[in-house]
Amino acid sequence: MSEVTTLDLKRVEAEATDKTTFGFWVYLMTDCVLFASLFAVYAVLHGNTFGGPGGRELFKLPYVLVETIVLLTSSFTMGLAMLALQKRDKQAVVGWLLVTFVLGGVFLGMELSEFHAMVTEGNSWRRSGFLSSYFTLVGTHGLHITVGLIWMAVVGIFTLKKGLTDTVRKRLTLLSLFWHFLDVVWIFIFTVVYLLGSLNI
Amino acid sequence: MKTKHKLGLIFVVFTVFVSIAGWYLSRRSIPILQPAGQMGRKELHLMLFALLLAVIVVIPTYAIAIMIAIKYREENHEKSRKRVKYDPDFDHSRLFESIWWGIPIVIIGILSVVTWNSSHALDPYKPLASNKKPLTIQVVSLDWKWLFIYPKQHVASVNLAEIPVGVPVDFHVTSDTIMNSFWIPALGGQIYAMPSMDTQLHEQADKTGSFMGSPANIAGHGFSRMDFTVRAASQTGFDAWVKQARQASKQLDNQTYQALAKPSDNVPVTYYSGVMDGLYNDIVMKYMMPQTGAAQ
Amino acid sequence: MIGSFAIAWLGRLSWHAFPQAAVTRGAAVGIVLGALVVLTLLTYFHKWRWLWHEWLTTQDPKRIGVMYVIVAVAMLLRGGSDAVMMRLQQAVSVGSNNGPFSPDTFQQVFSAHGTIMIFFVAMGLMFGIINLVLPQQLGSRDVAFPFMNALSFWLFTSGMILINLSLVVGEFSAAGWLAYPPLSELKFSPGVGVDYWIWSLQIAGVGSLMSGINFLVTIVKNRCQGMTMMKMPMFAWSVFGSMILVAFAFPILTVTLTLLFLDRALGMHFFTAGAGGNAMMYVNLIWAWGHPEVYILVLPSFGIYSEIVATFSRKRLFGYTSMVWAIGAIVFLSFTVWLHHFFTMGAGADVNAVFGIATMLIAIPTGVKIFNWLFTMYRGRIRFTSPMVWFMGFVFLFITGGVTGVLMAVPAIDFQVHNSLFLVAHFHTMIISGVVFGFFAGLTYWLPKVLGFRLHEGLGKIAAWCWIIGFMLAFFPLYILGLMGATRRLDHYDASLGWQPLFIVAGIGAAVIVAGIVCQLLQLAVSIWQRNERRDLTGDPWNGRTLEWSVPSPTPFYVFTKLPVVTERDQFWADKQAGKKQGGYEDIILPKNSGVPIIIGGLSFLVGFGAIWHIWLLAIVGLLGIITALIVRSMNDEPEYVLTAKEVERLENARRRKLKEYAVYE
Repeated sequence: MSEVTTLDLKRVEAEATDKTTFGFWVYLMTDCVLFASLFAVYAVLHGNTFGGPGGRELFKLPYVLVETIVLLTSSFTMGLAMLALQKRDKQAVVGWLLVTFVLGGVFLGMELSEFHAMVTEGNSWRRSGFLSSYFTLVGTHGLHITVGLIWMAVVGIFTLKKGLTDTVRKRLTLLSLFWHFLDVVWIFIFTVVYLLGSLNI
Repeated sequence: MKTKHKLGLIFVVFTVFVSIAGWYLSRRSIPILQPAGQMGRKELHLMLFALLLAVIVVIPTYAIAIMIAIKYREENHEKSRKRVKYDPDFDHSRLFESIWWGIPIVIIGILSVVTWNSSHALDPYKPLASNKKPLTIQVVSLDWKWLFIYPKQHVASVNLAEIPVGVPVDFHVTSDTIMNSFWIPALGGQIYAMPSMDTQLHEQADKTGSFMGSPANIAGHGFSRMDFTVRAASQTGFDAWVKQARQASKQLDNQTYQALAKPSDNVPVTYYSGVMDGLYNDIVMKYMMPQTGAAQ
Repeated sequence: MIGSFAIAWLGRLSWHAFPQAAVTRGAAVGIVLGALVVLTLLTYFHKWRWLWHEWLTTQDPKRIGVMYVIVAVAMLLRGGSDAVMMRLQQAVSVGSNNGPFSPDTFQQVFSAHGTIMIFFVAMGLMFGIINLVLPQQLGSRDVAFPFMNALSFWLFTSGMILINLSLVVGEFSAAGWLAYPPLSELKFSPGVGVDYWIWSLQIAGVGSLMSGINFLVTIVKNRCQGMTMMKMPMFAWSVFGSMILVAFAFPILTVTLTLLFLDRALGMHFFTAGAGGNAMMYVNLIWAWGHPEVYILVLPSFGIYSEIVATFSRKRLFGYTSMVWAIGAIVFLSFTVWLHHFFTMGAGADVNAVFGIATMLIAIPTGVKIFNWLFTMYRGRIRFTSPMVWFMGFVFLFITGGVTGVLMAVPAIDFQVHNSLFLVAHFHTMIISGVVFGFFAGLTYWLPKVLGFRLHEGLGKIAAWCWIIGFMLAFFPLYILGLMGATRRLDHYDASLGWQPLFIVAGIGAAVIVAGIVCQLLQLAVSIWQRNERRDLTGDPWNGRTLEWSVPSPTPFYVFTKLPVVTERDQFWADKQAGKKQGGYEDIILPKNSGVPIIIGGLSFLVGFGAIWHIWLLAIVGLLGIITALIVRSMNDEPEYVLTAKEVERLENARRRKLKEYAVYE
């Protein structure tokens, strides 16, 4: 009755990381459902232009293509950051994170600029069901990117200050998962909203 | 009190209660159980059939529950002369599982077929089979009254609709406000009334009478006071009613309609001796395109 | 300048926001006074420090569970008062009598009733009981993410405060518990009512989603050594099924509430009548969440029945594998039936029929569960304690509710009873006997473990009978009223319809239910008064089967001195039969308290309040505050501490000494 077991800290840490990673995957799945709902709403409303312009008139594919390349590249650089993490190269990690951050910022800037242009032309979210659903779906993705950028900045600063501790490594892994997830969602948006919209399907 | 007596008392109280309730209700009007319309009658038969199927499972289940609860009580184990078995590890039986997965599957299977067939046969959008020409009534849900437009007769009424017995009625239903539901319990089921949508309900009265109509979806402040009446009369009675409506002083043109559409409740029965052509379509379509000039 | 300052910081808030009608004024005064009394008492007895350290900053799921239950019970009293008001109105508002409440007040009352009962009472009791019981049943000390668990609770509470605040400042929604557009759009509901509804649910909903993730990971990752999924207690399986539903359904609610708010606040056109909006889409979305929601609530309740029936029949749960399959079937099917809530919206015969058939299918696994419970009792030695009274009440009532459900699953039948009191009676039968009775039974069953003393059985049984009889008196007349053509939510009706006597009987039923609630409160009070005579000295007052009964009552904060090892189902029962006891000491890692969850809860309240009253500055400040709080939390390098085995031994010895003192009363 008096057998005493002492803690195996390495095992405890490994279990905690495993739990957190699994929990994060579950969260990503719920985020999937969130985006799926927004896509469903878009699917229902995309034709409801109420006499106003539709995707064909509004979307500028070359511009969106550049946006897409920027975001995809940022995913690539995030991958490079993770590779540097495996090599335990702190400077490279922070460096590639910075590049990813800049690319993400450029993406966001381009998106905001696109929105701004549409609003000043009179095609804001108030104009029709189509525009409401467009701004909300793409805007929600943009909000997620913003959160990702804030997270990136915080983790980047942490990495600089504390180095590649277990906690920092865990958080970087989760961030990269999040960033790649957002990339996948963007591919769907690019296809369903912009590509199909330009074909007026 | 002994369990036997407790249960007996419960049974007696329950029976007395149900008897009183039954006697009381037999004297009341229960439209869904005493339908005056073709659709209502078919829906009732369907309900009774489904109830019968369900009861096949339910009665034995109640019996089993009561028997098990009584037989395997702690006190019974101790007191009973009969050997009441205590089998603490008896936790599975292929036979029992097959029965209570199997029988419900069969019953639901039967009910599924019935559901498929009845959903099509009793589809509110399906015109009723009849050798008589159907009467079209366009229904508009407003805040907080119902407008009935008779396009062929060129009359309209508020909160009262007269229909001839034995003639199929094609209701076209829309709303110029929020989502409501158009329901005449004595005649049959309901259909939602929604802005920019034109829903349909096909019904037919089998006997004369005055039937309550109910708004069946929460509609704002005046919701409780927008019940309406549907009167089923003979063909001559209906024709006389139309003639009476044609003598109304007001006509339903754009201006009168805009005034009518303004929120008001406790609206008395009103008649209009003429209706603007295509008013109903205008009401449905106006939500589809941006309005130029005219009030929305 | 003062003008723009006022607009920036007051939004659309003004003196008119304070209630005008006598009833709401009375309620508002009551709430404010009540809150003041509590705050005064806390200050007078110098309890703030204790409250902060022991409760407000805790990450102990047992404490969080208690707080959930307290909030839920408080909300039960509020939702119940709403119900009494509704029964009163409908019993007297006939003919020339307009009843005590205006249509506006009545409509807010029933909207609040439904919203509160589902989101704050049922969800609150559910999360409360899961927190109190689940980790221990799994042989674990805590949930997977203790910080997030606390955060979930404070978001839940923030939503609760918002919905109650609507009584004091502003108004509540008059659009029903699900706020269909176009009625809930700005044009037809220009006030703040619908916004209060949106934001209290949005904030509480985020908390619920987090809990869903948390408990799901707990079940997958926190089971003790040797406990495979197929050896978990059935309650754990039911929670697992329920949390899968939470994870899939709640994001849909988040989206739907957001879209409605965007329509109202930013002039968007998702659900407006016109400008390309589609109100029918809202109905689809809200029910795509709404139907899984009712299974989210009922599954854990079914799990509780499984535990209770097995324990009080002194027998293994019958058909464990079959029960697991049934849960899986219910989880899957619950996502395929949402359209049955609006057969009358005109989707067409094919669509209606498919959804109708899917709906009927759910009756099959549900029926299977009932038979498995009955046959757990078969050849058992049944003790009819008060939890079993709740269970038997459930069996008889739930089956009748189920029959009416199967009837309404046939679209053509539903056309006649949709939105009538027949429907209202059906879903109350399912929720009250299925969900509420289960949670009440669970509370009666598990409170001894939480409090350390048993509850008064006699009062518990009387309460159960009051609820059962009261329920029948209150709701069976509603089935008949529905067949008489009575639509739901009416605040007035014609005398000639002959409905009044039935409404009066329903009112009497409501009074009997109130008597039942009084008995429950009395039961708690008397039990606390007599707690010394009622001490649970063994930790196993019911001769239980599962691991939570292997720890003392009340459960020590570290739960197990050493995590148990499991080789079969009902390990504790098996150990008892074999005369074995698990024990030993080990070093334990526990989370430190944290003030961040309650702070984020408070900030989320500011976000909600700001959004409702269009005080955008406040909302933004709140949001930035939340982000800051999370960043600050992430900088915390030592969120946990180690409780050494020696320390545990010392605490155990102290506890045993205390027990000896209590034994004097036996």
